[in-house]
Amino acid sequence: MTSNSDDVLPNGSAAAAILAAGIGAFALAVIADAADRIVSLQHAMIFYRPTGPLSGVTTSAIVIWLLTWFVLDRTWKQRTVALRPISVTAFVLLVLSVLLTFPPLADLL
Amino acid sequence: MELTARGFWTMVHGMGFGALYLLACSGAIVELWRRASSSESAPDQTADDAFLRTYVIAMAVLAWITVLTGAYVIYPWYRAVAPANTLDLSGFPQRLLMSSPTTTQWHSIGMEWKEHVAWLAPISITMAAVVFYKYGERGIRAHPPLRKTLMGFVLVSFVSAAIAGMFGAMLSKKAPVEGGATLHIVSDK
Repeated sequence: MTSNSDDVLPNGSAAAAILAAGIGAFALAVIADAADRIVSLQHAMIFYRPTGPLSGVTTSAIVIWLLTWFVLDRTWKQRTVALRPISVTAFVLLVLSVLLTFPPLADLL
Repeated sequence: MELTARGFWTMVHGMGFGALYLLACSGAIVELWRRASSSESAPDQTADDAFLRTYVIAMAVLAWITVLTGAYVIYPWYRAVAPANTLDLSGFPQRLLMSSPTTTQWHSIGMEWKEHVAWLAPISITMAAVVFYKYGERGIRAHPPLRKTLMGFVLVSFVSAAIAGMFGAMLSKKAPVEGGATLHIVSDK
């Protein structure tokens, strides 16, 4: 069976997944850092007492990630978008998230 | 030969799920690299798509099991608050680490980084798994930047899991999570 390029999916869905992952990862780093600095937010992030604020930080970031993914996918699913800048942006956000979760670096901000 | 229940679950989380994830990640990186290195005119690799699709989905499941057992099973034992006037802090790893200036940064840097950076692994690999599952080899070939992006996210997923695993191992040496029922592996008869 031969394949032709006409039945290849547009790249919109992939772009949505990629950008949402970058945004979700960055949200995790930002919320974790904010909860570390703002006492009231730290208390608000206690969704499950034995795990403490980590439960709220991670749950909130996951909700942001999945919501962003859902919205972007609905918007881009049928479209072909500029994948390279989207990928670069998402990857930069992901790398920033790794750096921002490192406490000595986060403390510098 | 004995093991406490908490020690057992810590081992399952780190040496079981975590180590298996790192191994799986290295396999995925090699396979993605191999495919990226092959020229555009190379034979179509869609034949083993089904295997790779299952593999990356299994990786995503493994990553989520690892972080969820870490955060909701092990971490509460790690951060348990010792009752006032407790002299033996061996059952309270976080308090034990924070009780000495020579170990406190294992918590304030090591655990603080580990508990957050670990979550980047399942987020990244879930994205990679869903994109690979949806597009397959042929779809990825049709959109050239996709392969490099997936590779980058899998690499960061590996690095995040490796950071978490490394600090997990070091924290287990400095202040192991122990307690609960004792499991007798080999009894002295």
